[in-house]
Amino acid sequence: MSDDEIILNDLNDGDLVEQMKDDLYDGMAKEVHEGTQILLDRGWDANQILSDALVEGMRIVGIDFRDGILFVPEVLQCADAMKGGMGLLRPILAESENSASTGTYVIGTVKGDIHDIGKNLVGMMLEGAGFEVIDLGINNPVENYLEAIDKHRPNILGMSALLTTTMPYMGVVIEELDKRGILKELPVMVGGAPLNQEFADAINATSYGRDAAMSAELAKALVGKNS
Amino acid sequence: MDDRPKCLIIACGALAKEIVTLQRQLGLPDDAVTLQCLPADFHNTPNKIAPAVESILKNKRRDFDIVLVGYGECGTGGALDAVLKKYNATRLPHAHCYEFFSGSALFEEIIEEEIGSFFLTDYLVKNFDRLVVTGLGLDRYPHLRDAYFSNYKNVVYLAQIEDPVLKQKAADAADRLGLKLVYKYAGYGDLAVAIESTAKGVAPNYGQFHVRR
Ligand code: B12
Repeated sequence: MSDDEIILNDLNDGDLVEQMKDDLYDGMAKEVHEGTQILLDRGWDANQILSDALVEGMRIVGIDFRDGILFVPEVLQCADAMKGGMGLLRPILAESENSASTGTYVIGTVKGDIHDIGKNLVGMMLEGAGFEVIDLGINNPVENYLEAIDKHRPNILGMSALLTTTMPYMGVVIEELDKRGILKELPVMVGGAPLNQEFADAINATSYGRDAAMSAELAKALVGKNS
Repeated sequence: MDDRPKCLIIACGALAKEIVTLQRQLGLPDDAVTLQCLPADFHNTPNKIAPAVESILKNKRRDFDIVLVGYGECGTGGALDAVLKKYNATRLPHAHCYEFFSGSALFEEIIEEEIGSFFLTDYLVKNFDRLVVTGLGLDRYPHLRDAYFSNYKNVVYLAQIEDPVLKQKAADAADRLGLKLVYKYAGYGDLAVAIESTAKGVAPNYGQFHVRR
């Protein structure tokens, strides 16, 4: 509450967006929620609030996490703050006609692994980029991915793994997709802290997402919607 | 001059006490190995492990006949193994300490039965507040409990020694996380194999590596 003296409504649009990014960085969910409402009241487009304030704020958080300035608990606080704003924008975005979905993205943590913080963050940034995100949760055997592909006809499949022992399973899923002729049409993105580009190449993944913001950009590029 | 091999062990701080205990149990003289530890906090930032190990090896490798690195793969994404290859050193088997203490068979059995198992060792029980509570920020942000542990059902304490005080502390830790305590005595597992072999100047052979599918 150190920013008590700042009355968000007194700020002009530019300063308010800057303040919202700071508040998001500091994990202040209530303030981010309030700022989002103010911009909506001022007639801002929901998409623009999402990209200029929330996604941009989270992108900065991602950089400082990668550089070891922020740690996991802080990042989770920031994610909560972003959710504060997203909660207001989601129903508006769902209703508005001009916000055609960027594409459908099925994402899940692989079998044997129940780490999901990174996956959830990626899901949030994908949503911020306009994807309809189907989250399969944790501990997914290949059957779950196949079923979801069948049901949702996604544009991209994403898999997450945080354990050395579960990373190879991503390769198992990709092999199965290949056998069934699905891989030709469905780009597969992989991510998780112990992965690297070399590993992604070795298992024949389409791309490797190092962090949430970069993953969202890569996903947009894969569906040909990069701005 | 004695002709014993000169052994260096570079280990995670979480194994320091266990290694010293094993040295005594195995009847090794205090100077049989040189032990150098790195901060246990690296657990949460595994990208620091390989560079830290390398900086020690760079200075000291030539002074020793054999080097054991007291880490598992620990989420270094292959970086640790690359360093070991470069300096002709070996490490403990498996992905992490929970598996080299318990052995693959027991570890797999526990995970098969309940994948939502969060493991503690003697060290983690003793340092639960610092490494788990503070390390994950649960002291500052108690509401993050669910973000971390909603997928978990059990705390599985893989004990190195049988100690009722530690067992009680593990029960308190499970309580703190709102999970059920499962107690398994594991002993030192492959760590004992590694220390004994290294002290003899022989690179440890842990038997068949187990790849989980
Ligand atoms: C937080 C954490 C936990 C939390 C998980 C909470 C949760 N709900 O997920 C808790 C404490 C519960 C936990 C448990 C365990 N963990 Co853990 N954990 C971590 C830690 C510290 C951070 C992971 C994290 O969440 N990072 C934050 C997010 C934002 O980053 P991220 O996951 O990398 O995701 C980013 C990118 O990778 C990418 N990305 C991720 N997924 C995807 C997917 C796609 C499609 C794309 C494009 C991109 C992408 O974008 C994300 C956002 O930027 C890591 C160490 C580390 N620093 O990596 C260990 C670590 C992964 N854990 C480890 C271990 C061993 C365990 C346990 C076995 C420990 C135990 N005591 O029992 C258990 C698992 C038990 C089980 N039954 O499986 C080891 C793995 C070692 C190994 N060799 O594999 C690590 C490396 C720690 C270590 N050094 O030993 N863990």
